[in-house]
Amino acid sequence: MGVLELWTEIWPELLDALLASLKLALGALALGLALGLLLALARLRGQGPLWRATGIYIEVFRGTPALIQLFIIYFGLAAVGITFSSLQAAIIGLGLNAAAYLAEIFRAGIQAVPRGQSEAALAIGMNRTQVMAWIVLPQAARIVLAPVGNVAISLLKDTSVASLIAAPDLMLRAQDLSSQYFQPLQIYLIAGGIYFLVCFPLSWLVRAVEPKR
Amino acid sequence: MSSTEPLVRIASLTKAYESHVVLKGIDLEVKVGEKLSLIGPSGSGKTTLLRCINHLERPTGGHVFIDGQPIGVKRRNDAYVPMTSTELARMRASIGMVFQRFNLFPHLTAIQNVMIGQVKVLKRPRAEAHDVAMGLLRKVGIGEKADSFPDKLSGGQQQRVAIARALAMHPKLMLFDEATSALDPELVGEVLSVMRQLAAEGMTMIIVTHEMRFAESVSDQVVFMADGEIVEKGPPQQIFRAPQMERTRAFLRAIHDH
Amino acid sequence: MTDAASLSRLAALLPDILRTLLWGAGATLMLTAASFALAATLGFVLALMRRSDWLPVRAVARAYLELFRNVPILTQLFILYFGLARIGITLPATVAAILGFGLNGAAILSEVFRSSINAVDRGQHEAALAIGMTPGRSFRSIILPQAFPIALPSTGSFLIGLLKDTSLASAAAVPELAFRARMLVSETYLTTEIYLTVAVIYLFLSLPIARFVRWAERRSVPHRAT
Repeated sequence: MGVLELWTEIWPELLDALLASLKLALGALALGLALGLLLALARLRGQGPLWRATGIYIEVFRGTPALIQLFIIYFGLAAVGITFSSLQAAIIGLGLNAAAYLAEIFRAGIQAVPRGQSEAALAIGMNRTQVMAWIVLPQAARIVLAPVGNVAISLLKDTSVASLIAAPDLMLRAQDLSSQYFQPLQIYLIAGGIYFLVCFPLSWLVRAVEPKR
Repeated sequence: MSSTEPLVRIASLTKAYESHVVLKGIDLEVKVGEKLSLIGPSGSGKTTLLRCINHLERPTGGHVFIDGQPIGVKRRNDAYVPMTSTELARMRASIGMVFQRFNLFPHLTAIQNVMIGQVKVLKRPRAEAHDVAMGLLRKVGIGEKADSFPDKLSGGQQQRVAIARALAMHPKLMLFDEATSALDPELVGEVLSVMRQLAAEGMTMIIVTHEMRFAESVSDQVVFMADGEIVEKGPPQQIFRAPQMERTRAFLRAIHDH
Repeated sequence: MTDAASLSRLAALLPDILRTLLWGAGATLMLTAASFALAATLGFVLALMRRSDWLPVRAVARAYLELFRNVPILTQLFILYFGLARIGITLPATVAAILGFGLNGAAILSEVFRSSINAVDRGQHEAALAIGMTPGRSFRSIILPQAFPIALPSTGSFLIGLLKDTSLASAAAVPELAFRARMLVSETYLTTEIYLTVAVIYLFLSLPIARFVRWAERRSVPHRAT
């Protein structure tokens, strides 16, 4: 069966699976952003038990493979009685993983806002919460836009790992179809092409947002 | 508050880091409506002293009193304990500071910079804050730039917005930290004339500056600092025309030999 | 469930489990090293191509970069291992893995190397030309030595990522650490214990590199050219 013929037969399924991957990525991203911001604020303290604990969290999640993290959450927790569906485990695992990277990005972004900004805000009588909310975080958001965008794109590619715990995504569908049609090369090339067509414009977009060097 | 109580009283102020001592026991008083200039070589501690007045720097000894009230600490029974950040913020709202590097908020337009303190800290309604802000921007001569972002303004224009931002809080005292040092020479004049105008209107001002002619013409009191201490203080005629201390004379000579 | 019986079972199996996992860790390290060698060499070539005066050369390198970094590494692995096998090119799993990680890594490192070279102050090159060096000698003796410390932190980060990505080779039955772990779990059912141990082993392997990256970052606050 030629590639074109193959494509016309399977493209609805693949697009459906792509949507599943996107949903998975978005879910993980939401979890990662929320948790990442909290971790960053804890890391900004510079000392104390909370600072130490979040530091360990970040080192552990950045120092171990996402695959192993997914295995522990999906298989490992099930063995002690906590069962997640593969989709839930994937969102949780990839989200916790992304949070570790986003925490460092947020922390660096907040620290990159010049000190004079918070001094000027304090000088007109704002309290620390107001300074963070109205002056520091809005400026940090602009700084972190590109790195966060890159994390989002990586997350989309990492959803492919979730196929290895049978979470619904593009690679899982590609594996099913490969055994169905006995044409793994064509099917995986098509899958790769789909990822490329989604990720390439996104990474181009992220580069456009980057501050000029 | 009696009319003889100084607006700012600095008592035995010291600031020490692990490596060296920046302020070695400063005593100073500034009355309501008085203009005081702080001059001296870099490293003399004059900027640190200024920043202690609104507690952006925490002194390691001594106190600063604003209108009789200590800033940064409060009395509890017989001791001083640190102020809460809310109490500190409230005191800072009545002190205006203008920074060497302007520190305008880049994500806000000029008028938004002048409004944000009024809205968030003074809890003023937006419409009223807008009117006050426009009035101040016109007063410092850039009413037409109200909707511009800081990166579209010259240094002199940015600094004048910064002055308007500080004035919007109706401060009883204005602190100027080398307000013209980061400006191109041809832009210095427009900022100095705004400062002169403020002085003429009776604002209490403490000015750290290298602009000696300006300091001489505007000040009631001039303080010359070196190595963390006050070397000499007095009216401008004394400091600039008839300095008593050799150190002062040497500094003024070095300034003139350019 | 951990009860007395399974704990004693665990104790009995422990030496074998640890031995298998350590073998797996060794395979992981070798896989990482081989892939890194390929990625660094090819990545350097690609970085040079990006700086070429000829548009076609630059375009090819650019296309390579975009192609390999916008597709998941797992997909690339599957194409090389499962895909090629079906059209007659059967690569041993380990070779497919090294090839996959190496080709993918080359794209990422080409970008690291390219930006490190660009980060060296332009004035350095001009000063070299001014004393009569050819552009080639300037590049070899002046630019590259300064680009090297600048590239270290990002290269170190890449290395950590590569170490972790080798776990994906388990899907192609490469006998590295993650694969060994899966096999052990299916044999012993000691799921949580084994995967947690494996996580700790990966941490042991990656933390020294992470510390090196932090050290390199501090050092590469560049000796600013005056």
